[in-house]
Amino acid sequence: MSPKKALVYPYIPNSNPVAREEMLKATGAKSVDDFYADIPDSIRLKRKMNLPEPLLAEAALVRHVEGLLSKNKSSREVVSFLGAGCAQHHVPAVCDEINSRSEFLTAYAGEPYEDHGRFQALFEYESMMGEMLNMDVVNVPVYDGFQAMGTALRMAGRITGRTVALVPATIMPDKLLKVHDYVKPDLQVGLVPFDPSTGLMDLKALRKQINAQTAAVFIENPSYLGFLETQAEEIGRIAHQNGAIFVVGVDPISLGVINPPVEYGGDIVCGDIQPLGIHMNFGGGHAGFIASRDEEKFVMEFPSRLFGVATTCVEGEYGFGDVAYERTSFAVREEGKEWVGTAAALWGITAGVYMALMGPQGMVEIGQGIMQRVRYTVKKLNQVSGVKTHFANTPHFKEFVVNFDKTGKTVQQINQLLHEKGIFGGNDLSADFPSLGQSALYCVTEVHTQADIDTLVNAIQEAVK
Amino acid sequence: MTHATPQKLGVLKPVSPKPALRRFHQASWDEPVIFELSSAGQRGVLPPEPEAAVVDAAGDVFDNLPAGLKRKTAPALPEMSQIHVLRHYMRMSQENLGVDLNIDIGQGTWGMKYSPKVNDQLARSHKLSELHPLQPVSTVQGILEVMYRLEEMLKEISGMDRVTLQPGAGSAAIYANVAMIRAHHESRGEGEKRTEVITSSFSHPSNAAAAKVAGYKIITLPPDADGYPDFEALKAAVCERTAALLITNPEDTGIFNPRITEFVDLVHKAGGLCSYDQANANGLLGITRAREAGFDVCHFNLHKTFSTPHGCGGPAAGACGVTKEMAPFLPTPTVEFAGNSYYLDFNRPHSIGKIRPWYGVTGNMLKAYAWIMSLGADGLREVAETAVLNNNYLLNKVLEIRGVSAPYATGKRRIEQVRYSWEQLANDTGVHSEEIGFRAADFGTHYWTSHHPFVVPEPMTLEPTESYSKEDLDEYVTILKHIAEEAYTNPEIVRTAPHNSTVHKIDQESFDDPDAWAVTWRAYRRKLLKNK
Repeated sequence: MSPKKALVYPYIPNSNPVAREEMLKATGAKSVDDFYADIPDSIRLKRKMNLPEPLLAEAALVRHVEGLLSKNKSSREVVSFLGAGCAQHHVPAVCDEINSRSEFLTAYAGEPYEDHGRFQALFEYESMMGEMLNMDVVNVPVYDGFQAMGTALRMAGRITGRTVALVPATIMPDKLLKVHDYVKPDLQVGLVPFDPSTGLMDLKALRKQINAQTAAVFIENPSYLGFLETQAEEIGRIAHQNGAIFVVGVDPISLGVINPPVEYGGDIVCGDIQPLGIHMNFGGGHAGFIASRDEEKFVMEFPSRLFGVATTCVEGEYGFGDVAYERTSFAVREEGKEWVGTAAALWGITAGVYMALMGPQGMVEIGQGIMQRVRYTVKKLNQVSGVKTHFANTPHFKEFVVNFDKTGKTVQQINQLLHEKGIFGGNDLSADFPSLGQSALYCVTEVHTQADIDTLVNAIQEAVK
Repeated sequence: MTHATPQKLGVLKPVSPKPALRRFHQASWDEPVIFELSSAGQRGVLPPEPEAAVVDAAGDVFDNLPAGLKRKTAPALPEMSQIHVLRHYMRMSQENLGVDLNIDIGQGTWGMKYSPKVNDQLARSHKLSELHPLQPVSTVQGILEVMYRLEEMLKEISGMDRVTLQPGAGSAAIYANVAMIRAHHESRGEGEKRTEVITSSFSHPSNAAAAKVAGYKIITLPPDADGYPDFEALKAAVCERTAALLITNPEDTGIFNPRITEFVDLVHKAGGLCSYDQANANGLLGITRAREAGFDVCHFNLHKTFSTPHGCGGPAAGACGVTKEMAPFLPTPTVEFAGNSYYLDFNRPHSIGKIRPWYGVTGNMLKAYAWIMSLGADGLREVAETAVLNNNYLLNKVLEIRGVSAPYATGKRRIEQVRYSWEQLANDTGVHSEEIGFRAADFGTHYWTSHHPFVVPEPMTLEPTESYSKEDLDEYVTILKHIAEEAYTNPEIVRTAPHNSTVHKIDQESFDDPDAWAVTWRAYRRKLLKNK
């Protein structure tokens, strides 16, 4: 029997015994064990790791992984009305083409010289977001919208030196959980109740809760429950009268038709760019933005990288680099603002591609088209006996709350029946928002056709019979 | 038929051998900023129009919107046809170096290894990319199985009892570990008392920064004369206020700290916990684990050790491993297996809550899972041993270059990386490490100096991982050697580098001047073009 051939791994050039021998010889080591001489015996793993047998051939790996993935049913195979902060929008092909480019996909943290493209693409992302938001400062993305909100509030805390953030009780519970944990050492989070008939913030309560310790008043426009906070301007005024910073979370895909917060008093604006050309990825496609006016007191509180444009030694050449780097933890460790690290840059580049493709007209059309579909769906659903939408007189963007109390059925039962018909119904809110009864959060976007919506309405009609 | 004349023989010569150094020039498209490419009326993509019946039924959708909420003018985005958007971004992509293009061993500690293309391809399936996180659990069994199996694998690789995949990157994983440590102390009524976190000056800045964000006072251990975190300083720092030690082994120097269990024991005796930053565990897979060294929590970066691509700085993914005592504090939800199906467990009363929306960066989980599956236990050990072999080979070669040294632990072997110093060269020539890195760009590669503050003077941090061949390493060393020689003989060429790059020396002053910095094009227009 011939001895077993040594395995050469395609991803490991020096697993080739010939190369290995030559390398070892050059180092003067007898074996690789020599390199591990400093590791005490007591902490060594003295057995082979217990891992599944490898699938060495690429073909076998593909078959295995595709086999696992085939157990999933994607939103392309059904009609889905799930949202709750992660939405199905159309992703233009060019977005995927660009974020699949090796040069972007496999680069990391090079200098503005060898990675000029990364710096320019992210500067352009910041700039296009700046146009959407009418603000001069936008960061290189943080992890997600939750993180963006947590940081925006802590920025407000540092700027004001105060200790409380007021947020609407309509906020997504998961987001509140994250933010509460994140801001805890600096800020307490106070919930401002909402008017049960409109969903809007209870301004009387806000006026009572706000005081000289309030660092920030936060609202979302649109809110987690889908309605637009029509009192935004007044809320901003109340915040400012009390020396607090007005922080507003927005859905960037609404900004073709909905006024950006700076126009009604927003000081710091934050949110998630997943809607801008990034697939849902089972919730793995998020990236957060934070924006402010170009005032030093705001800029110096950003933890994130801020890429800026500058001249070079060549006429007519743009160079890019880090603005106010000394505020970051990269520069001064724990003396920096929060921390900065690898986050979600490629999604920033992707969102830039999306905004460039859509252009001004595209953003207006998509925003208006979504609102039209939502109105249509809301009208149709309210015609179904026992079904009504909450906060019907408040304008909505892409999500809305559907209540089934009068049908005698739970959301869970209805969603089960819808699922059997190839429809994913809205997110069940009954546990998180008991005051809303048996309600579900529905999301309608530009991907939904009239036929999709009619199918949903008919299926609900049957389900509630 | 004509025969070659003696004059013509010249053109029939074979191509001369390549010179020792690559004659590289990076793509330089002299590309305008995207707004300058705008052409009124052009469209890049058309959103689907709602049907007439939808439009009719909807009526004026803005009729109940207060005037202050309706946008009056469309955002001033560029107007471009599709091919022009594509071309602009293609050009910018060419003005970037990634692992796929260069010998990317210059970003030491950051695990710049090959990310197999097949894994990227698998993750692009709509069976993953078009899943919504709230879909019925019966329709996401495949991805839950991947998450479950990946957790099982990382448990074995770390030796820990549970692993969460929720953090979006390494720093988020550090933060998650600190948050769990804080929850642990609070659960024992010691939250108020334990106010200090100890880390070392060679640890990633996020260890210090994330612990500070979580409310802790930071104590930083300097390196001792041999480059290890100073044990005497630890002894002086540890007390009843100690919440945790956040430490890396090996640190950026690549020197394994053989006394690590003494560090851990000392902190444990005082009631503190120990967190092992294994963002980069590449040299230790299958060799030693967090469990054996006695750590309570640890974390991996899937984008370093486990091959997922770095994406210009994310999306990344972090994985925290914890002992069973720490498991109740893990972020919610966890992925569980009920014998015949997988589910998400949200009923976790002691959990720290959420680190990010939903469950983590799933695309990278799939890629890491596929990568481990393609290698198995033997393959992972091969990764570690080869990374360490490559590093020690490189160390020997680099030290032959004039002006460079590898401070600390002279004569010792290193694990997966080395922090070198050009101090001698800088003293001799006045050329700084950063400038040498810029000059390296002229040969199609680059390197990273070090985190700040520079503990090692004039630093350069190299980490060859397992992905590079002997020839690759030799080429890289040839480049460094050439630049070092230039520094001694023609320093000006180094100081004015890069010369063959996309752009030339960038003027830095404006970046720190509030009157001149411009983070967006609109700010640039307002401040520098005076709104032209």
